[in-house]
Amino acid sequence: MTKPPPVDFGAGLNCPIPLTDYPSVLLAHGGGGRLTQQLIQKMFVSQFANEILEPLHDGAVFALDGANLAFSTDSYVVDPVFFPGGDIGALAVNGTVNDLAMCGARPVHLSAGFIIEEGLPMNDLWRIVVSMHNAAQEAGVRIVTGDTKVVEKGKGDRIFINTSGIGTILPGIKIHPRNARPGDKILVNGPIAVHGIAIMSVREGLGFDSAIESDTAPLNGIVATLLAAGEKVHVLRDPTRGGVASSLNEIAESSHVGILLTEESIPLTEEVRGACELLGLDPLYVANEGKFLAFVSPEGADDILARMREHPLGRNAAVIGEVTAGHPGTVLMKSRIGGTRVVDMLSGEQLPRIC
Amino acid sequence: MRFVDEYRDKDSAARFADLLQRITTRPWTIMEICGGQTHTIVKYGIESLLPPAITLVHGPGCPVCVTPLEMIDKAIAIASQPDVILTSFGDMLRVPGSQKDLLTVKAEMGNVRMVYSPLDALKIAQENPKKRVVFFGVGFETTAPANAMAVWQARRMGVKNFSLLCSHVLVPPAMEAILSSPSNHVQGFLAAGHVCAIMGYEEYIPLASRYAIPIVVTGFEPLDLLQGIAMTVKQLEEGRHEVENQYTRAVRQEGNVRARRLLQEVFTVSDRAWRGIGIIPSSGFELREEYAAFDAARVFEVGTIAAQESPLCIAGQILQGWKKPYDCSAFGHQCTPEHPLGAPMVSSEGSCAAYYHYRRRQGTPAATP
Repeated sequence: MTKPPPVDFGAGLNCPIPLTDYPSVLLAHGGGGRLTQQLIQKMFVSQFANEILEPLHDGAVFALDGANLAFSTDSYVVDPVFFPGGDIGALAVNGTVNDLAMCGARPVHLSAGFIIEEGLPMNDLWRIVVSMHNAAQEAGVRIVTGDTKVVEKGKGDRIFINTSGIGTILPGIKIHPRNARPGDKILVNGPIAVHGIAIMSVREGLGFDSAIESDTAPLNGIVATLLAAGEKVHVLRDPTRGGVASSLNEIAESSHVGILLTEESIPLTEEVRGACELLGLDPLYVANEGKFLAFVSPEGADDILARMREHPLGRNAAVIGEVTAGHPGTVLMKSRIGGTRVVDMLSGEQLPRIC
Repeated sequence: MRFVDEYRDKDSAARFADLLQRITTRPWTIMEICGGQTHTIVKYGIESLLPPAITLVHGPGCPVCVTPLEMIDKAIAIASQPDVILTSFGDMLRVPGSQKDLLTVKAEMGNVRMVYSPLDALKIAQENPKKRVVFFGVGFETTAPANAMAVWQARRMGVKNFSLLCSHVLVPPAMEAILSSPSNHVQGFLAAGHVCAIMGYEEYIPLASRYAIPIVVTGFEPLDLLQGIAMTVKQLEEGRHEVENQYTRAVRQEGNVRARRLLQEVFTVSDRAWRGIGIIPSSGFELREEYAAFDAARVFEVGTIAAQESPLCIAGQILQGWKKPYDCSAFGHQCTPEHPLGAPMVSSEGSCAAYYHYRRRQGTPAATP
């Protein structure tokens, strides 16, 4: 038997995030903000690099045997498993359906992987599975393959679900985070920050009662009505972890453009505003599940806004800002009282494990 | 939203901006004491509504920022001991000590918990009788009553596994330290409204007359700040130096008498080290002898900890209003919220973090009122 060659740690095997920076993974590395971005770039992209991964879209977009496809995956670890307005099952289906929709794709098939902690009541599992079935039916997708693992008590937290999905992209559709252009209007399909606050409101230790329900919903239906309007939509993004602020920063960076928001025009319910004031949170950084941002050509904005508002998931849609040629890579916001400030990407941890 | 929108009204803001334009005839430098006020000023772009002759400098009123590095190291040392649950407010967990922060301890050992009230920490102590539960309590006079209440209740109920690691600081001695410095250039103060809601503003009256400086107790919403600034400028222009109260909806001259009585029962005034500034005489609270059994600094033997600040960080000068975050060569380069060299970059109320998040660089487009 020959000895294996000595490992050369000098040749690209050094950890790209030095021990001195972060000796271990922090919750903030999964928070959807700057640390998540660093982890993805330095660890994953550096090793997995390829032209399909590199745009870091909500899903991979590629051609296979003549068909244009989108492929996406996401894991769900939300705590609590059941929350006002939804549960981990509905979230797992809607989340991947939405990631595909944000690529301009029509979601078709999903997979479901379950990591279940020993001791989960069978009835809870059943509720989650029924909820997934209902969500899949509503979104018009099928769950066509799956996997089940059970881990010892204490080695998981009740249940984690991974879903992956594929969808088809119709010819002529070019949705891409690099496609934002100066002059584009930025639309959102309704009040933001609802999901994150719904989760917070039931978290242990917060102790406030709230009627705020998660907005989790499949967005492929409303997106299809927008895409039917031709090439007016340039970018789509569902601002989940890290909130609207982090998504807009990513797009501003990818497209090398500036973004100017108008604080007054951003839709917020009174309940969510109140909860944010109380908890000292900025709704721009709170997670969403049934919301998406659309970057639309200036001449197409009225039509797209009207189409959004016709759909049940877009009744309160609004134009919240526009793309500028100035200050590329930076998101600015005009405040209620007339001042202007930078809206940075989420830095550190705002809420643990929100989706 | 009622009781919030009224204080963020665009037209009223424009009226205050007009008033300030009319009454300001000379340059004035005004310091807002509290980090919460700094945050509002930067977040709403208030400076862009002021006449150029008015300069706002940001004061030392961010409790997380002025908590000495040694104290954070002490908290980390306590959290690293067996059978300890260390609790604190979220912001405190992110402040780096010499080697690591409490969030890292949480990731490594899982015995650090974020709470929203010291009374939650007391509850954790009751639920975990085999653990020693420590609340790392920092803050000004505003947060002190809740911490005092937790200790008072723990003693009354005999919760012996609860203790407080106390790093409380007091505002008036810090204002006096700034005013008595030969390089002081602050001409007017916006006093911290929430501190005054507890303590009242009687203590400020001798300060205002001794140093001939107007002090206006001010709230935290954009219109509160604009009005507080206008009241200060009016005094300066008229040559007056009085204590006035802008924040009448929350503050009475005598403050919250019951809270003050509780503070007196539990705490005694002591000298206290401020991060970046040094020791200020009679500027902090520590637990009275009767409560020694609940004082984590006495319960836990962690020895003397000496900590080294980054030589690049100019936090002390920023906290005293001598310099702005932009004046620091490390700002935004070596020092960011992910890699803070000093505390003002860590806490969301710190002025460096406020500048980083909301203004990033000098020359970010100014507002158009």
